[in-house]
Amino acid sequence: MITLSDIIGDTDRRWPRVEVTQDVWEFARTQLAERKWDLIAHWGEPGAVHLALREHGSGTTGILSLDASRGSFPSLGRDCLPARRLERAISDVVGLVPDEAPDTRPWLDHGRWTVRHPQGTPEQPAGPQRYEFLPVEGESLHQIPVGPVHAGIIEPGHFRFTCSGETVVRLEARLGYVHKGIEALIAGAPLEHAAKLAARTSGDTTVAYSTAFALAVETACAAEVPARALYLRAIMLELERIANHFGDVGAICNDAAFSLMLANCGVVREQVLRAAHAAFGHRLMMDRVIPGGVATDLAPTGQREIEKLLKKIRKAFPAIVALYEDTASLQDRTVRTGMLRHDLAMEFGAGGFIGRASGRSFDTRKVLPWAPYDTLSFETPLLQRGDVDARIRIRIAEIEQSCALLRQLLDTLPSGPILSEVVPRAAEGTAMVEGFRGDIFVWLRVNGDGSLARCHLRDPSWFQWPLLEAAIDGNIVADFPLCNKSFNCSYSGHDL
Amino acid sequence: MRKLLLKSIFGGPLTERAPAADKRALAELAEKVQATARRRLGRSLSIRQVDAGSCNGCELEIHALNNAFYDLERFGFHFVASPRHADVLLVTGPVTANMREALERTYAATPDPKWVVAVGGCALDGGLFAGSHGVVGGVSAVVPVDLHIPGCPPSPQDLLAGLLALMKRRLPRSRAAKPEDSGAR
Ligand code: SF4
Repeated sequence: MITLSDIIGDTDRRWPRVEVTQDVWEFARTQLAERKWDLIAHWGEPGAVHLALREHGSGTTGILSLDASRGSFPSLGRDCLPARRLERAISDVVGLVPDEAPDTRPWLDHGRWTVRHPQGTPEQPAGPQRYEFLPVEGESLHQIPVGPVHAGIIEPGHFRFTCSGETVVRLEARLGYVHKGIEALIAGAPLEHAAKLAARTSGDTTVAYSTAFALAVETACAAEVPARALYLRAIMLELERIANHFGDVGAICNDAAFSLMLANCGVVREQVLRAAHAAFGHRLMMDRVIPGGVATDLAPTGQREIEKLLKKIRKAFPAIVALYEDTASLQDRTVRTGMLRHDLAMEFGAGGFIGRASGRSFDTRKVLPWAPYDTLSFETPLLQRGDVDARIRIRIAEIEQSCALLRQLLDTLPSGPILSEVVPRAAEGTAMVEGFRGDIFVWLRVNGDGSLARCHLRDPSWFQWPLLEAAIDGNIVADFPLCNKSFNCSYSGHDL
Repeated sequence: MRKLLLKSIFGGPLTERAPAADKRALAELAEKVQATARRRLGRSLSIRQVDAGSCNGCELEIHALNNAFYDLERFGFHFVASPRHADVLLVTGPVTANMREALERTYAATPDPKWVVAVGGCALDGGLFAGSHGVVGGVSAVVPVDLHIPGCPPSPQDLLAGLLALMKRRLPRSRAAKPEDSGAR
C-alpha cells in the first residue's frame, strides 16, 4: 500500500511540499474518500493547486502540489465533502476551475468585488448575480431567510432555513460577506505589515493567528526564537482561549434564556482581558506576537496580574460550573440539542471543541506540538455525545487545562531576550496552531527582500460551518441561536 | 444559592480597594455619561450594531459594554435587534463590497432622526484593509457618519467616551421632549 510518506519521500520537515502528477492527485482523492487521510487545507495560486494532508495512523503530514497551468484541476469535492467550499473559494479568488466539481456556484465572490480572481489573473467583475440555494422538496415546507445582518452583536452571514412547521429540515449558509481580501493584501506586503493583516483575520483569535503566521515565517527563514518569547506566546494563547471560552459559555447559556450565566461569565472574561492588558498592554493582545518573537515583554506587574486572575478564576469557577450543572431548565435546552454525529466530525476533520465534543480528539498542541507545548503537561478533554451540552462541557474542561498550563508557564518562564532578528530569504514556511476554535493552518512564501509573495490562512471554521448545517437538522428554529453559538464559527476568519 | 453565587463572584473584584487610575477614570466617565444621558435624552437611546466587515475584534469590545463592569443599560442605552427600533447605528469594520448593500438597507430601515457612529480604525477609512478588491472603504464611504471612535479595537471605555461625545455634540436637547418620537417607534 502506498503511504503519504512514500509520496513525500524522506524528510525531517513537518510540512514538506512536493509536486505530484495527476495520478498521485487522483490517488490522494481516493485516500480522502476512504478517510485514510485528513484534508488539512486546499488552496491555489496561479498555475498550481496545493493540498495539505495528514495521514491517519502514521500521522504523516505534507503538502501535495499539482500543476494547473491549463486553468483547471481535478475536483476533490466529488467524494470529499470538506473540499467543496475550498474548491469554490479557489475558483473565486484564483480563477482555477475544479473539473467535474459537484458544486460550481461562487462562494466568497458575490459579484461585487472590484475584480474577479483577485489572486489570479484579474478580470472585470460580472456584477451581482442571483445566488441559487440548493432546492428542497417536500410538502408544506416554508423558508426563512435570515441575515446577513442579524439581531445580535455578531458577524454577518446569511442563513436559509427550510422548515416543516417549527422543525428545521435544511439549513444552508451563505457566507463571504466580510471578505476583506486579506490574502491578496498580504501578497507583496512587507513582513511587518503582513503580520498585522494576519493578526486581523479573526479578532477573537488574533494571538493564535499571529503565532501561526510567525511560526510559518520563522520556519521559512530558519529563524531561532528566544525561549522566553515562546513561553510568552503560549501564555497569551492560553489567556485568549480562556477569555473566549468564558465569553462563549456565558453567551450560549444566554441564548438558552439563562442570562445569569452570561453575567457571571462576562465578569470573568472582562477580568481576563484586563489581566491581558496589564500584562501585555492590549486587551486582545493584538500585534504582540510577531515574527522573531514577541513585541512586548511581560509588564513588571504582569506575572502578578495573571496569578491574581488565576486565583479569581479558581474561586469563581466551581460556582459557575455548579450553576450550569444544577439548572435543570438550562440543561433541558442544551442536552440533546444540536447533535453532531461522530462520523461527520471525523469526515470533516472538525477541530477544536466541536470535534472534541463529538469524539474527535485532535488537538494541534498534542498532535503537532510546537515549543513550548512539547514540554508541558495537559489533557485534551474528550466527549462523545456531540450536543450543545457536550460542547459547553468541553470548553469548561479546557478552561481548567488552560489555567493549569498558565501556572506551568509562569512557574518555568525563562528569562532572556524576547525577540531575535528574522533574516529574510526566499523560502516557504508552514505552521499549524491550536486556536480556541481549533487548528489554524498557515502557509506562506517569503521573498528574498522580506516581503511576502503569498500567504494562505485556513480558519478551523471552514470545516465547522458545514457541520452546523448538519447539527441543526431536526431541531426547532428557535434553537438555532443556541446551536449556532455553541459552534461559534468565525465569519471573518472564514471569509478572509 | 444564586444570590450567594453572584456575591462571591462580583463581591470580590468589584469592590476591590485601591482602584487603579483607569478604574477611577471609568467611574468618572460613567457618571458623566449618566448625567448627560438624563439631561439630553430624557428617555433611552436604542443602538443597533452593524458589522460591515470587521475582524470581529470591535464586536468583542462592544459586547463588553454589556458586562457588569460597564453595564451600558444603566445609562439608558440598549442594544436592539432591528434597525427599525434604533436611534443609533454603531457600525464596525471596513465596509466590504459584499456588505455595502446590507449597510445601506439597514441605514434606510432606521427611522429618522438617526445617528451613525463608526467604530474602530477600519471604520474610519478602511484601515489596514483599504484598497482591497473586497473593501469599499470606511463607513462614511457608504452612509453619513456623525462620530468616529478610534482604536483597534476601541476599549469599552473609549466606546463609552464616544457615546458621551455623541450625546453632547450631536443630540439636540429638544429631542428628548418630543412625545410623538416614541409613539412612532
Ligand atoms: S478596527 Fe481593529 S479590531 Fe476593529 S475591525 Fe478593524 S482590525 Fe478589527
